Amino acid sequence: MKLLRELFFPLLAVVAAFIVAALLILAVGDNPISAYRLLFGAAFSWPDGIGYTLFYATPLIFTGLAVLVAFRCGLLNIGAEGQLYIAAFATAWVGITFAQRSAWLLLPLCFIVAIVAGGLWGAIPGILKARFGSHEVINTIMLNFIAVALASYFTQYHYKIPGDPIMQTGPIGPGAHIARLGKFIPGLPERIPLNLAFILALLCCVLVYLFLWRTKWGYELRATGTNPTAAEYGGISVRKQIVIAMTISGALAGMVAINEVLGYRYRYYDGFSDNYGFTGIAVALLGRNHPFGVVLAALLFAILQRGGIHVDGFSEYVTKDIVQVLQGTIILFVACEAFFSGQFARFGLMRRSKV
Amino acid sequence: MAELLTIALLFSTIRLATPLILAAIGGLFSERSGVINIALEGMMLAGAFTAAAVTHGVGNPYVGLAAGMAAGLLVALIHAVACIRYRADQVVTGTAINILMIGMPAFLSGALFLSSGSTPQIPKDQLLPYFPIVVAFCLVPIAWYVLYRTPFGLRLRAVGENPEAADAAGVRVIRMRYWGVLLSGVLAGIGGAYLSVGQSSLFTRNMTSGRGFIALAALIFGKWRPVQTMLACLLFGFTEALTIQMQGVVKLPSGEDIPVQFIQMVPYILTVIVLAGFIGSSRPPKALGIPYQKER
Repeated sequence: MKLLRELFFPLLAVVAAFIVAALLILAVGDNPISAYRLLFGAAFSWPDGIGYTLFYATPLIFTGLAVLVAFRCGLLNIGAEGQLYIAAFATAWVGITFAQRSAWLLLPLCFIVAIVAGGLWGAIPGILKARFGSHEVINTIMLNFIAVALASYFTQYHYKIPGDPIMQTGPIGPGAHIARLGKFIPGLPERIPLNLAFILALLCCVLVYLFLWRTKWGYELRATGTNPTAAEYGGISVRKQIVIAMTISGALAGMVAINEVLGYRYRYYDGFSDNYGFTGIAVALLGRNHPFGVVLAALLFAILQRGGIHVDGFSEYVTKDIVQVLQGTIILFVACEAFFSGQFARFGLMRRSKV
Repeated sequence: MAELLTIALLFSTIRLATPLILAAIGGLFSERSGVINIALEGMMLAGAFTAAAVTHGVGNPYVGLAAGMAAGLLVALIHAVACIRYRADQVVTGTAINILMIGMPAFLSGALFLSSGSTPQIPKDQLLPYFPIVVAFCLVPIAWYVLYRTPFGLRLRAVGENPEAADAAGVRVIRMRYWGVLLSGVLAGIGGAYLSVGQSSLFTRNMTSGRGFIALAALIFGKWRPVQTMLACLLFGFTEALTIQMQGVVKLPSGEDIPVQFIQMVPYILTVIVLAGFIGSSRPPKALGIPYQKER
């Protein structure tokens, strides 16, 4: 019963968003049913549909988890975008600089760098909030732009192969590549970039769940999100929790680099993120700020992303931009719906901590 | 360096600061009433697209500008209803609107003009290169006067600082907040319209490219005050103008180009520093971000 109730409101929001978008498609003179058939039909074919959908879901699970951890501490991390850019560049940098080293050394190093770089970039707004009380939302927005500019600068001026017209770095060493799942699953060709990072993403869901609900640290973090004043009286340092939550959040966002750099392109590609950080907010909200909900929501958005390409190609008036319209509308409905069901306070969002 | 500091740079600065001023003063009204507005970007995009599409359709840029204002207003209405009526989280709603408004104009352009997200070119004689600039710079003293010298401004600031007290004094908190948010939509709409039918001659996908966020940065850098906010917009406009002018002209002593990325970062870094209180203190309105519920 409880599970049903948890699923009901997000589903309602999704259905409502699809109705709104259907009206929009009707208004421009196209057929919503055929558009939706294209949108969903593309995702379930084997091996391409399923392979690509799971590949697209991977970064969204990471960013969804990132936003979730911050949410649970009463913080809104809209800086996942910047955190994943910094992490991706740092990972590629290590992969290029130590390209000759063996996989035994290089691969763990790349993993650690992805996590640490994202975590550090996430810690900055955490520290700024804990130390100076400046709002994490504004700081994460600003840090997004700074991160993109920094990564773009280093790519353009220092790590681009001279003469390459594309804004990308040179390749990382072969030791830093992680295996594509096609290697293990018969029938799944290796050209599909679905890789071990997907398994890591699922593992992270379990770890985040265990951390938040089965450890003392997770309890302290959630207590801070639910009621910072009570937490402070209970002997929890709210400032410390803010920094911890933002660091973990950034580290999770940073793991997008493992999928992108180590599992897909094997280099840093400027502007690679398709708004993963912002979609992560939608994923976390729709997933009810629960790790398992995040997986479901990430799959939905991945299906839409995959389907968007087909809609673009095969329908007359509807373009892939319908996906963003759907995403935006879903978040709007989820945000408003929470009021009706009285769930918002539970996420600690209404009582954003004021340190 | 001297040849760079020319009249051209000055004009370029004013032109680039104009959309920022419009959106930032808009954001000022919203935030002073207590509603966070990170949806400025989306409101500008709505204004930019609608102004270009309507100007293309009817051939009159003033009609286009009015349509752009209306589009900004409509988007602001969504933000206002969600945040004020349904007390949704203001940042989440703003993010949703920004995502929606990256998709919506591109979707409509694709359907209406069978393009990949841009509107058709508008002839040069149907553009408004100067009018919005005049509007922007007249707006600043008007905003100052309204905010600090009229009962409306006093009430607006009161509901942003202490809604309970304002309510007790008979101010209609909800109504004032609607005014604040809707005004921000109209002004950001003009700012967006200036981008598409003033600075350039068509709407292109995501053409604001973060200007709504720079306007927000300017608003914070200007400490939520009209004149300071305008100065911040001019500063950020100047850095952008400098980026454009310097490209390939000024070299470092080592003979390399000065990386544009570093100049692009300036507004954002300054905002982070100012918000942390290193350069004077920048204090947001007290009730910013907190939905108001009348006690029963």
